[in-house]
Amino acid sequence: MTAPSTNTAKPATGILALLKTAFVNALIALVLFSLMVGVRTEAGSDGQLTYWTRFGELASLVAAVFGGSIVIDLLRQWIGPTGTEKLIPPAVQSGMSFVGRYLAPALLIFTLLVPVIFYDQRYILDLAILVLTYVMLGWGLNVVVGLAGLLDLGYVAFYAVGAYSYALLATNFGWSFWVCLPLAGILAAFWGVLLGFPVLRLRGDYLAIVTLAFGEIIRLVIINWQELTGGPNGVSGIPRPSFFGIPLDNSDDGLAAKLGIEYSTTHRIIFLFYLILALALLTNWVTIRLRRLPIGRAWEALREDEVACRALGINTTTTKLTAFATGAMFGGFAGAFFATRQGFISPESFTFQESALVLAIVVLGGMGSQLGVALAALAMIGGFELFRSLETYRMLVFGMAMVLIMIWRPRGLIGHRAPTVYLTQAQAISSDLVKEGHG
Amino acid sequence: MSGDTILSVDRLTMRFGGIVAVQDLSFAAERKKITALIGPNGAGKTTVFNCITGFYKPSGGTIRLSHDDGRTIALERLNDFRIAKQAKVARTFQNIRLFPGMTALENLMVAQHNALMRASGFTLLGLLGVPTYRDAEKRAIDLATDWLKRVNLLDRADDAAGNFAYGDQRRLEIARAMCTEPALLCLDEPAAGLNARESAALSELLLSIRNDGTSILLIEHDMSVVMEISDHIVVMDHGVKIAQGSPREVRDDPKVIAAYLGTDEEEAVAVMESGS
Amino acid sequence: MDYFAQQLINGLVLGSIYGLIAIGYTMVYGIVGMINFAHGDVFMIGGFIALITFLILVSLGLTAIPVILLVVLLVAMAITALYGWTIERIAYRPLRHSFRLAPMLSAIGMSFVLTNYSQVAQGARVKPIPPLVTGGYTLHESADGFVIQLSNIQIIVVVTTIVLLALFTWLVSRTRLGRDMRACEQDQTMAALLGVDVDRTISMTFVIGAALAAVAGLMYLLYYGLVDFFMGFVAGIKAFTAAVLGGIGSLPGAMLGGLAIGLIETFWSAYFSVEYKDVAAFSILIVVLIFMPTGLLGRPEVEKV
Repeated sequence: MTAPSTNTAKPATGILALLKTAFVNALIALVLFSLMVGVRTEAGSDGQLTYWTRFGELASLVAAVFGGSIVIDLLRQWIGPTGTEKLIPPAVQSGMSFVGRYLAPALLIFTLLVPVIFYDQRYILDLAILVLTYVMLGWGLNVVVGLAGLLDLGYVAFYAVGAYSYALLATNFGWSFWVCLPLAGILAAFWGVLLGFPVLRLRGDYLAIVTLAFGEIIRLVIINWQELTGGPNGVSGIPRPSFFGIPLDNSDDGLAAKLGIEYSTTHRIIFLFYLILALALLTNWVTIRLRRLPIGRAWEALREDEVACRALGINTTTTKLTAFATGAMFGGFAGAFFATRQGFISPESFTFQESALVLAIVVLGGMGSQLGVALAALAMIGGFELFRSLETYRMLVFGMAMVLIMIWRPRGLIGHRAPTVYLTQAQAISSDLVKEGHG
Repeated sequence: MSGDTILSVDRLTMRFGGIVAVQDLSFAAERKKITALIGPNGAGKTTVFNCITGFYKPSGGTIRLSHDDGRTIALERLNDFRIAKQAKVARTFQNIRLFPGMTALENLMVAQHNALMRASGFTLLGLLGVPTYRDAEKRAIDLATDWLKRVNLLDRADDAAGNFAYGDQRRLEIARAMCTEPALLCLDEPAAGLNARESAALSELLLSIRNDGTSILLIEHDMSVVMEISDHIVVMDHGVKIAQGSPREVRDDPKVIAAYLGTDEEEAVAVMESGS
Repeated sequence: MDYFAQQLINGLVLGSIYGLIAIGYTMVYGIVGMINFAHGDVFMIGGFIALITFLILVSLGLTAIPVILLVVLLVAMAITALYGWTIERIAYRPLRHSFRLAPMLSAIGMSFVLTNYSQVAQGARVKPIPPLVTGGYTLHESADGFVIQLSNIQIIVVVTTIVLLALFTWLVSRTRLGRDMRACEQDQTMAALLGVDVDRTISMTFVIGAALAAVAGLMYLLYYGLVDFFMGFVAGIKAFTAAVLGGIGSLPGAMLGGLAIGLIETFWSAYFSVEYKDVAAFSILIVVLIFMPTGLLGRPEVEKV
């Protein structure tokens, strides 16, 4: 849809109007913040509530709104009323699409080299592993949301199923990571089918809320089923993965000893890095492959028009189920990886915020675009990390960023769809034509 | 009905709450012929279509489809996707339902879903890239290409369907329905919104489809198209059949004229005359 | 039997609170077709504002409970309503004609903003208040000494809910604003062509929804005697569950759904296990939607082909 976004305020024309808008906004801010910021409450040691005023903070916030309002209005006049879309000139846009063609391979090569470049920078390696985990989760959810157009707000449930599957199988039965990994995926897919079977005939927001409820149910069961899951304390002592049977430790049987090199904890980190990279690339490869198969085309057709699909003889229930199960399976793989990397898991890692984060990555990436999802994961997780020093303000900034990004690019970073088959030439399809599904 | 019947609708009734949209409707469509279902707005034509193609479950009556090989299928007992898949009934929609974000070629590939699914070993073999699947896909692309050629859209095969002009979308939708290789093709107002030249091209296309051996059931308001190509016409009004016969018989039927006159005099006259 | 009756009372009170929040969800969904994920947090903000107003009033030396309650109610409703208005203006209006997922994500982002804003501004610890309204009535005392209690707070919650609901029903069915709302619900373009100020109507929907959430926040504060920054999430999900259960878009449905969720939760806690009460509420949501995909009172979605 190309309807221009309604600006929050009519662009002020004169300096007086500008000041007036700023004044009104500041007044609104004053009322909004008056009690919440101007007064601070705290329970004292005796349980009595006390309060004290913070008029200084209140005043500076209101002043900031006043100033910010003027700046935004000035910027708006300077850029023009249509705002962001015009901000990027066509030349830059076509340049971007040129870069886009080489971006994916360049990014892949860079990623492969990360452990070499940042060999002794543990922090960067850890961050890279985190980003790749979310890239994988994003790609997994992309199958469900981006391709099939099914809104899943409880994706974290499958991540949790995968993580707990590995954690419990490994700690209780001593099964190895490489046996548990496929099992975790299968179990997550199984749960995906179990949830999907009854609920996939629901449409739109009903499906969204049911998946959200399902995610919460899984989390609550994990918290409360203490005998099995350890409840809020989680599962600890989860075995680290081995290099196909050879442990990555300091022992005589360890990989370092066998290779005759000096042992370093970095080996394990690098191994984990390539493990998640391989898993993510597997997800990507399978997804790209599936898109070009009838099942993948049926997913996209389902997103475009479910009624037409049925008229063409496509069994929409099984088609949705396969999308759901495929996405869940990748979530399960990622979960198993998460468990083995952390060595400890607890229900706290599987909250709705995680689902929202992964969904935000998919939507910001541009639904259905593999490269977009990877870039979005990098931006979101990397950006989130940048604000680590802000501590409690971090989620606040994160939430604001989510709102702003949606306003800036509701269609995501990569705004077009690549066809899966072509006769003469593959042309990118503008996302304005691509539907987002109703399920 | 004499001759070789492909579709026989018997005492079909469809009620929505207290409203009777279709009542005790019986008619038959002959194999390799074009049967038209006409009537004023609100006569219940699209409801009949939705019952035949499984989007509605009829309140009463039977719908039988007999295939070339002698199989007879009770359509009222199948749900929608099975009607297209097993009974080989394809349909188009009054308000076009293409996959707008997919290319014309992709639209036609989706239509061959079931055949390609089998060829891809329900995805598993396809994922491994076995040659049999690649051959099947090539054949599917060939079939799609043939149909794009027939509806004169070959040069736009790689364009998004949502970018097509209205008339092109109509033809693409017919091509997509034909890619399911149906025994019976149901068209819901295929000429709506087309100009005279496009209507003429449509008539030609439908005749060629019939001559290739596909039976057609057609809802249409454009009488020039209906009168020109139909072999048999069924006229409905207020949910019941009021007349049937050859185009000539129907045109001269006083009940038909009255039905159209009853709704809008000028339209009725214009409609009837445009078909002569 | 007595135990059952007591749980019934408790469940109805809890359900009233959920119902008040659910109305906000259902109204917004009806008019702009989006899940306002931030609504649970608006409820939380309402609770905080009620708490702070109450503290200030008490420290000013006010002692008349009815006066305090009335002032707190009005202040909380007014300021929270402004929050609702601002949220719509900043996060949703620019995305009104955008594609469906964008406002949903914007709303989820807004929910994070509000939760963490509250945490930053008021701290992470639970804020308790001493019981403001005490006393009640003993309805029945059985031979084994079990008493059915109806506390004054419970009466206040239920009576306030009923009064507001009546007021609100009148607003939607009898006033110009209500007519505009229903018109926008049906067809915004047509409503605009007929002279309805769509922007203003949508803004008012958010304002009313937020004001009702503030009432729910105050009731929660009175009933449980505490607020915390995270209470919006769970209450929000449950209220949304209530709205869906009742049939989203339907006002009586929201109230009915709220009562249903309140009762389910209370009875499950009373007879089975407290730990799994939320699981019970969500499971019932899933079961109801499977068998009644548009909720209890929702209009069935007619598929046009």
